[in-house]
Amino acid sequence: MKIKKYLKIYSLFLSTSIASELEYKTNVIIDFITAILSLVGSVFLLTIFFQNTDNIGGWNFEQALIIQGIYTILNGITNTWFNPNLTEIVKHIREGTLDFVLLKPLDSQFFISLNKIAPSGFLEIILGFALLFYCIGINQININLSFLLLCLTTLFCSIVILYSLWFLISTTTIWFVKTWNATEVLRSFLYIGRFPLNSFSFSLRIFFSIFVPIAFITTIPSEVFLGIALLWEILLEIIVAVIFFLVSRRFWLFALKYYTSASS
Amino acid sequence: MFNLNKNKLITLLKVQYSNMLEYRVEIALWAISGIIPFFMLNIWTNNNLNESINLSNVMLSRYFLSAFFVRQFSVVWVVFTFEEDALLGKISPYLIQPLNPFFRYFAQHIAEQITRFPFAIIIALIFFLINPESIWIPNLSLFLLACFSTFFSFLIQFLIQSIIACFCFWTEKASSIERLLFIPTLFLSGLLAPVISFPEYVKSWIYLTPFPYLIDFPANILSGNNTNIISGFFMQIFWISVLFPIFIRTWSLGTKKYTAMGS
Repeated sequence: MKIKKYLKIYSLFLSTSIASELEYKTNVIIDFITAILSLVGSVFLLTIFFQNTDNIGGWNFEQALIIQGIYTILNGITNTWFNPNLTEIVKHIREGTLDFVLLKPLDSQFFISLNKIAPSGFLEIILGFALLFYCIGINQININLSFLLLCLTTLFCSIVILYSLWFLISTTTIWFVKTWNATEVLRSFLYIGRFPLNSFSFSLRIFFSIFVPIAFITTIPSEVFLGIALLWEILLEIIVAVIFFLVSRRFWLFALKYYTSASS
Repeated sequence: MFNLNKNKLITLLKVQYSNMLEYRVEIALWAISGIIPFFMLNIWTNNNLNESINLSNVMLSRYFLSAFFVRQFSVVWVVFTFEEDALLGKISPYLIQPLNPFFRYFAQHIAEQITRFPFAIIIALIFFLINPESIWIPNLSLFLLACFSTFFSFLIQFLIQSIIACFCFWTEKASSIERLLFIPTLFLSGLLAPVISFPEYVKSWIYLTPFPYLIDFPANILSGNNTNIISGFFMQIFWISVLFPIFIRTWSLGTKKYTAMGS
């Protein structure tokens, strides 16, 4: 019953936010062009890296394109769902409108995380998948059912980790009020996800596996895609995703206890 | 038409500086979010990609540190503030004041850069702790030239964004145009890879665009890498003198077009 209710509410969210986004039609078109240019730019950067070498961190150009594809999909998801919603938390808290969210007979995390949608990120998701299909061709990957299942599982786990990271950082707003930029810091760290983890020095690799688990977000799904991932890596990714999600949920409920509304 | 004197300028700066100091943490976070050049440096040196462009590890690390500094002091966000002010109708009271509102934004940027300064220094010190071999002291004349070119880079970006911000008078949401323009700025300015490493088919035309003069040119001066100082400054001044009249024109057209709240 409950799931049905939430699904219905979500479809309402979808239609209202798409309607309001489409009011700025030129904006949507410009965002589409931005998405294409940004992919062209990162491929350009890759070609600079590969000008005089045939591999970085053990990945050749065709393999590095897979990471680029996964990154583009995840970036599209970030732009469609996480960015428009989670930057709103700051506004809710500064202007005291979080009260209205908490008063609704709905889960507050659900409302805050999925209320809005920015359709311009869809193109990035499509571009990312198109790039991945191209990569299947140039890397001669055999597709079978278990391969697809593994790919989708790891990709799903990446999305969960990414969401939890965004949500954790946005939640800190309850104490710091103006952490609009904290998500900007996260964004610049996530930028690293465009490149194979092995191309960094050892200390950075540790940092990006433990503190900001970018390794899990793009590198492992790409390895699964290439068929070179080890079983423990996949299991670890699933465990990390579950832990991150649970922690972000608990952290939100914990933070709400410290929320002191607008007038108190 | 600008109606600006020394007193007004100093007052504006003082007000904005104290405003910025209130949000120190926020500005520290901004400073941290600019560390991408260091990650790029890590990729370059870790894979020996710099051998092909005849830059030693030390020179490359100085280049990327300089790029970090130039970026810190040439970041422009006027379009986002202006868009918010325009959407909420805050522009109307500004327009009544006998001072072009862009001076307010300009003072905000300068004040923010002053607030940013200590954080940028801390990040640089950490960088030197990790890479002690890359410590260097640029000579005074080069340092001053680098400061000027960074300021010019800031001016170019400020003018471009102000022109885009003026589009708010027509389209209401202009920040998406800025996000579009940010992509070539990111990839072509030298923030992620020095311009000399670009392939020939890009190098042949890139020096005619404003992009290499935003990060690459000032960073090369500061880090002591080879660059053509005279032609660089010439192009920076050329772009400023092209953009400034365009900004004045769009601003005057835009304010005529402007229809405050409720009309």
